[in-house]
Amino acid sequence: MIGGRCVKFGDSVNTDLIMPGRYLVSIDPAELAEHVFEPLGPQVQARVRASKVVVAGRNFGCGSAREQAASGLAGAGVTAVVAASFARVFFRNAINTGLPAITQPEAAAAAQDGDDVQVDMAAGTVTVRSAAGDAQSFPFPPYPDSLLRILDAGGLIPYVARQIAARPEEAR
Amino acid sequence: MAATFAEKLLARAAGVSGARSGEVVDAYPNLIMSHAASWRCIRTLERLGTDRLFDPDRIAMVMDHNSPAYTAKTAGDQKLCREFAASHGIGKFYDVDAGIAHVVLMEAGHVRPGMLLIGTDSHSTIYGALGAAGTGVGFSEVAATWVTGYLWMRVPESIKVTVDGPLPPGVYAKDVMLKLIGELTADGATYCSVEFDGSFIRGLSVSERMTLCNLAMELGAKFAYVPPDDVTRGYLESRGVPRDGYDEIFPDPDAAYLREVPVDGPALSPQIACPHTVDNVRPVEEVAGKRVHQVFIGSCANAKYDDLAEAASILRGRHVAPGTRLIVTPASKEVLQRAVADGIMTVLLESGALVTNPGCGACAGDGGVMADGEVTLSTANRNFRGRMGSYEAEIYLGSPAVAAATAVRGAIADPRELAGEAPAGGASPQAQPAEILSPETRSVETLSPETGR
Repeated sequence: MIGGRCVKFGDSVNTDLIMPGRYLVSIDPAELAEHVFEPLGPQVQARVRASKVVVAGRNFGCGSAREQAASGLAGAGVTAVVAASFARVFFRNAINTGLPAITQPEAAAAAQDGDDVQVDMAAGTVTVRSAAGDAQSFPFPPYPDSLLRILDAGGLIPYVARQIAARPEEAR
Repeated sequence: MAATFAEKLLARAAGVSGARSGEVVDAYPNLIMSHAASWRCIRTLERLGTDRLFDPDRIAMVMDHNSPAYTAKTAGDQKLCREFAASHGIGKFYDVDAGIAHVVLMEAGHVRPGMLLIGTDSHSTIYGALGAAGTGVGFSEVAATWVTGYLWMRVPESIKVTVDGPLPPGVYAKDVMLKLIGELTADGATYCSVEFDGSFIRGLSVSERMTLCNLAMELGAKFAYVPPDDVTRGYLESRGVPRDGYDEIFPDPDAAYLREVPVDGPALSPQIACPHTVDNVRPVEEVAGKRVHQVFIGSCANAKYDDLAEAASILRGRHVAPGTRLIVTPASKEVLQRAVADGIMTVLLESGALVTNPGCGACAGDGGVMADGEVTLSTANRNFRGRMGSYEAEIYLGSPAVAAATAVRGAIADPRELAGEAPAGGASPQAQPAEILSPETRSVETLSPETGR
């Protein structure tokens, strides 16, 4: 299980909001984390840093192919993103940097800012627990094994590195 | 079973007999593009524990963003790429002088029908202009693919967009796409392959096809595709690609589409994407008169030769309004050379434009950024908050014709209005450079009550 306190956003949160282009000179998640959601101001940034899960509406991560949008969120301590839907490249980048991205529109709608959100990747459930204490679970189709293996390894690079170390001929 | 373009192409790239939408396949891209992100790929490769590349001939690097370098850090990143390309036998390396990766690679004949391309840039959908499948990926994916040669890919569903023409005068591919993005919204084609067809598409120039396929990304598309035809073949021939150098792919006539979207070309008018999302689209009439501080003609969407020519046809004999800056960033060195050779660059310069080196320029926030409270009309493909400087600035998007008309007015303007009137000072639209320099052309044009603000 992964999860914790959530911070909630609306629809069409784009990559320029998540990670402004001027900071792409870095690939260090800790350094990038300083600038996550900077265009939305320091209060939003503080709320993100105090959260473990980002909840959002439709088309989260739309815009550029910048991988730092995903790795910066991870650097800021985010362990999962639950959204009504994801932009294609963000979804890829999330998986490939080891950040679970779960499409679950009902869970995204049910969760309120500050709620506790838990994700069980193996079972395929998102559980939302409100401040009042009542919990709701929402199923999602479990990921294909090939993607789970990448997530388990912590991302595509550690996954491929592991393969190369195990079978050097794979690199050819 | 009948198959779409994307299903046929990914089956070929994965070396399997068939691939259906929804499946995940391991696909081998024919070309792996990385731009300014190349140094990130190289640094990431170091974590893989090998630098044996699957096939250096499948790798292309283009130094297009942040070029030429304006910080020592960027200069160091570019130096790393240069040295890596030389030491690893990467022949398709294009340095800071070349221009925007997408346009440069197509001009160089590296993009061919039926190819699968991945790139560290979301607008890699542009390669569909030549009947190829291009898509954006992250830098870690590029580094992994350099070594393994393949990447996991979900076979997308397909959407067919049929655009029938002709378009009215003053209306272009950019307007088609802005209209479409406004109607389908920014996630209207998420994860989908967008196939274009219709009488407007057939026979369309490669330049306009690039604009269509580039902007398909702003619908969330994975691929975009224009069926190859004699225009495609002629372009490739002019780029030194022989007819037997590629294998075209066409969808089956009875292929299954998630959705079919007709676009009525003759009914279209110039469109504007308003701040701060690309799907916030309105007809130009509704925003005409909005004061702008800067006009930017650039980006992989609309800074090709045809785009500069389109802008010059309006700017010829006219001058940029006082208090407005016009920045022109040609998409590539070749575009710049051609525009210099036939006088288009002279027209732009004499109208008051600032011309920068080829590349991504202000679209990626490099030079030509805005202050708090400033407004830009840009020919680029994205208007997100903070993309061009201040978070408190506004970006409007339109065609090169809208951009040129807006530069002349100093306010968002309908290019069809200027087409109908003689330039100030009585100069004809075909005014010679000497006339363009006349003092009359520098007078401030009065805005009409309908459009003035």
